[in-house]
Amino acid sequence: MSEALSFRFSVDGENFTSAGQASVQVKKNLRQLGLDPEIIRRVSIAMYEGEINMVIHAGGGVAEVKVAEEFVEIILEDHGPGIADIEQAMQAGFSTAPDKIRSLGFGAGMGLPNMKRYTDYMDIESKVGEGTRITMRVNIT
Amino acid sequence: MTVSELKDKLALKVAALPYPEREISGVYIGDLLSWVMGRANCGDAWITIMSNKNIAAVATLADTACVILAEGVEPDEGVGALAEEKGINILLSDAGAYDTAVAMSKLL
Repeated sequence: MSEALSFRFSVDGENFTSAGQASVQVKKNLRQLGLDPEIIRRVSIAMYEGEINMVIHAGGGVAEVKVAEEFVEIILEDHGPGIADIEQAMQAGFSTAPDKIRSLGFGAGMGLPNMKRYTDYMDIESKVGEGTRITMRVNIT
Repeated sequence: MTVSELKDKLALKVAALPYPEREISGVYIGDLLSWVMGRANCGDAWITIMSNKNIAAVATLADTACVILAEGVEPDEGVGALAEEKGINILLSDAGAYDTAVAMSKLL
């Protein structure tokens, strides 16, 4: 098996209006690799939602995307406040985003549900006060 | 119908039009960005009143054919230039989202 190709991005927690740069770059990179457009769309949207979450809640973090033979894997890691109740956070419409963020069109409580919906595998590890690590996979075959 | 044809038929103003020949296959209306990414289809014209920079990223990721800012909303400063750079079409409509969509339904 050949070694997985990987991209790593630092997500800036301060710059909200430019959030999404990593996801847009990943979309470009995956296009160059000739992946199916629907796969690319699912990967980049799931990653964007995660990226936005890191900006809103965690003051930024690190995003890593690996392209393996059978799937694309996205790992998002932050040292933010963590998620106290993951089951509640996964419910569509549940949000703790501040009003300022909502006025920009985010904070509808659809971020985590969208990430789950667009990926074939999703795992959330989170500790309150320590941070969150999300692993997502979209199958290629 | 292409984005350029839509612009001419509804007399829409242009904020950015890097891909005038992009084909429009449907319409999605919404302002909550996660809903747009979750529900809009590739090739839709996305009608919204959101005018900030994030619409360029959302339109790129959801792969919409164009963004239409309704109700006479103007894009925030720098959004037009960013959209040109990212290859996102943004048109401006003085009509509301409903009237814009109704007019489009007769053309699609």
